[in-house]
Amino acid sequence: MSNLIKGKEQEWETVIGLEIHAQVKSNSKLFSSSSSTFGSKPNSQVSLVDAAMPGMLPVINKYCIEQAIKTGIGLNAKINNYSVFDRKNYFYADLPQGYQISQYKHPIVGEGKVTIDFKDGSSKDIRIVRLHLEQDAGKSIHDQNPTKTYVDLNRSGVALMEIVSEPDIRSADEAGLYISKIRSILMYLDTCDGNMQEGSLRADVNISVRKLDDKYGTRCEIKNLNSIKFIKQAINYEVKRQIEVLEEGGVIEQNTLLFNTSTGKTRPMRSKEEAHDYRYFPDPDLLPLEIDQEDIDKLKKTITELPDDRKKRYVDDYNLSNYDASVLTADKFVSDYFDNVIKFDKTLKKSSKIVVNWITSELFSLLNENNIEINNSPITPQYLGKLVKLLKEDIISGKIAKDVLVEMFNTKKDPEKIIEQKGLKQVTDTSEIENIVNEVLQENQKMVDQYLSGKDKLLGFFVGQTMKKSKGKANPKILNEILQSKLSKKN
Amino acid sequence: MDFKSISQLKSLLDENKISIKEIAETYIKRIKEKKELNIFIYFNEDKIYEQVKEIEKLPNDKTLKGIPISVKDLFCTSNMPTTAASKILENFKPTYESFVTQKLIDQGSMFIGKTNLDEFAMGSATNTSYFGNTINPLSKNDNPLAPGGSSGGSAAAVAADLCLGATGTDTGGSIRQPASFCGVVGIKPTYGLCSRWGIAAFASSLDQAGVFSKNVTDASILLEEIAGHDQRDSTSSNVQIPSFSKNLNPSLEGKIVGIPKEYTVDGTSDEINGVWEEAIKSLEKKGAKIKYISLPHTKYALPTYYIIAPAEASSNLARYDGVKYGYRAKNPKSLDDMYEITRSEGFGKEVKRRILIGTYVLSAGYYDAYYLKAQKVRKLIANDFVQVFSDCDLILTPTAPSAAFPLNEKQNDPIKMYLNDIFTVPASLAGIPGISIPYGHDKQGLPLGIQLLGKHYNEQEILNAAFALEKDYE
Repeated sequence: MSNLIKGKEQEWETVIGLEIHAQVKSNSKLFSSSSSTFGSKPNSQVSLVDAAMPGMLPVINKYCIEQAIKTGIGLNAKINNYSVFDRKNYFYADLPQGYQISQYKHPIVGEGKVTIDFKDGSSKDIRIVRLHLEQDAGKSIHDQNPTKTYVDLNRSGVALMEIVSEPDIRSADEAGLYISKIRSILMYLDTCDGNMQEGSLRADVNISVRKLDDKYGTRCEIKNLNSIKFIKQAINYEVKRQIEVLEEGGVIEQNTLLFNTSTGKTRPMRSKEEAHDYRYFPDPDLLPLEIDQEDIDKLKKTITELPDDRKKRYVDDYNLSNYDASVLTADKFVSDYFDNVIKFDKTLKKSSKIVVNWITSELFSLLNENNIEINNSPITPQYLGKLVKLLKEDIISGKIAKDVLVEMFNTKKDPEKIIEQKGLKQVTDTSEIENIVNEVLQENQKMVDQYLSGKDKLLGFFVGQTMKKSKGKANPKILNEILQSKLSKKN
Repeated sequence: MDFKSISQLKSLLDENKISIKEIAETYIKRIKEKKELNIFIYFNEDKIYEQVKEIEKLPNDKTLKGIPISVKDLFCTSNMPTTAASKILENFKPTYESFVTQKLIDQGSMFIGKTNLDEFAMGSATNTSYFGNTINPLSKNDNPLAPGGSSGGSAAAVAADLCLGATGTDTGGSIRQPASFCGVVGIKPTYGLCSRWGIAAFASSLDQAGVFSKNVTDASILLEEIAGHDQRDSTSSNVQIPSFSKNLNPSLEGKIVGIPKEYTVDGTSDEINGVWEEAIKSLEKKGAKIKYISLPHTKYALPTYYIIAPAEASSNLARYDGVKYGYRAKNPKSLDDMYEITRSEGFGKEVKRRILIGTYVLSAGYYDAYYLKAQKVRKLIANDFVQVFSDCDLILTPTAPSAAFPLNEKQNDPIKMYLNDIFTVPASLAGIPGISIPYGHDKQGLPLGIQLLGKHYNEQEILNAAFALEKDYE
């Protein structure tokens, strides 16, 4: 598939690299014991260290280190036995220390790679340059007072992992797939909650364009995007803008941009004169981080199945297509749900494709309509398994099954009970269906005549009438057979 | 009543010859009499009497029960304001107590007040304080002398008998040099022996808390109380703290004392070289072996220090921005404006000079040439000591190149002022312990100090040797 973009005169290739900031899932901050819970009352989760009071010192949170190592393992990356925390110096109201503790020259995680899967079944590796740990800043609130800025330090000091990719991404779609994949890996590892709305996962996007096989063009960086939709929009806008500039004979100036989500446009964040010199240097309050290989190996053992492993299992064991398997495994909760449906009854393994369809179409639409996450689904995987089994065994029809699913969703009831109470069991008794067919044909003599004179399309009408009379319970296969044989006899 | 030492006052207390309240009254009276020396930034009688009530409730076995102690105003204290001698922290009241001062409180000490210092401990004469100069109590009327710095207030407080012990911090000599100028004992332990938690930072990789006292025994008593591991300071060492005072032993039999040739420098007074000679002879007489050694990278110590310390300071002091606490400029037009005015008005000249130097040496394009190179040289300097200590137990040097100088002498020449740290800075860069004790006087009768340096965590060794030398002047 070609990712080249047609300009006025020629085709352009987009080159994208992502810096993903993922909040480490941890009860406390990177260098203090304050809580890191989202949405708490402003400045209610601020320790003396977070507020940078005189004489306060950072102390590394070991759990955050373990989380970063686990993430590195999940990204197939090299874990560095030696890493260093540096100070990145700059002034801002929500940066109490006047510097951010980050990792500059010696990150905790080195080179790695992740694989993204396309709809056509093909896949591509995106290389990871590094992952490093750093502190988040606080939040400046400008819109509550016309002349004042308020500062909330709850987020100040919260642990972030910055995951930097090589410029291996070639389109907005690839960027979307990449960030989804990273999100999925983090959620499987339980090292980040993946919540983009709450800002647990944000990305800076570096974009440039070039003529194919040319050297990289000058890049611009779009800061702080917090949804896959916006990432794609921002990329598409920026690519178009850069191509226009270049085709008009202009040059791209290296710049940091902000994306305005309401106008869909990017604009420069600061001018060149304001460019920061961060004066990185090793934080003398913290010793270099030395990690034993033994500890890394121990953590490796705690890591359960990752999306790629699970995908492979679905393809190998359940015969799912590569794409279906990747859609299913993208969200750990969806995939867990699927696994639990199959676990309910081993025979469903053979019907795994049907199970996938029921999850990704019927269940998803109910969940989406009601804005519920799958891990909070009112329909348990066991009940969905039961429903699919009832369908497979011809006890209910597909149409009834859909109605039952809605009922299950609303009442959390066992599908068997719903079917029993409402008498929804499929009619498979041939004579009963034959009686109904006879009634329908008698009542619609005119139509029968028309059919016989060549209006084949009316078959559907008879099917519908019969189904209606049976209140949807007639087994469609038997119904069809009977109807066709009756009609052919009349001929 | 004259109180000569902590142990003497303790026995008076134990024998009920004096009450804690009487101690308080005595010292309050003295402090009031010596007000013109400007030793204290914070002094409040009521706060002292409040403490007396609390201290009286403590069991008698508390090592420092009722002992009057001064605290350098760089240590955050929860019942007294903490200024770091800066306008930017004027009226700052911490809600927390530093590790070191908490330890002293736990042992029943009575905090007399917060002592003056060079602003954020940047200086060698206690003359960069927002609250004015401290005057060396040994000055003659017509010629006010500097007490040294940066812990000049604490050294002066002990010298003027306004307390029996004081806390200090030493980044490049800020305990040892003022101890020498004021004729008291001052010890800077190994980097990491005392937690930095709650001490306003100057240069994190060098800052170390220590104590001033009237004699070596008292220094041992105080040091063993304030040392110890603290999980809240990642650079705090987890080592067993010996009972320094109980282990004090003046025997130097078989000890090898190194005399570094690089410490003979131009500009050191003959009198100082003279007392150095005397101390060498005395050590020999006491059974020590003298070894003339070389610390070849010594001459790079001062430039190395004046790159690393300002670099760290420029970052450590970024938190004083007027946003959260401390001084804030009136009516700034923008956030940048607020930073600029706050920091221009809030910091003094020397602090600004060091922030500028530090910012410069960390800047893109200069980092490798200055900061990185300085770090490499620092390793060489530290290695010099490692080499020497493989066959030496101690090193003996002068503490400072001169006796206390007149107050305004080096005010306008920072380089001259920086040269004062020439003998103290190498040990700071290496992180090894050092002690200064008074040893003789110059012709004007001003005290001179000598310095003993030891191996990492070998405070006992330098305390023992200091204890032995101290007897020469008893």
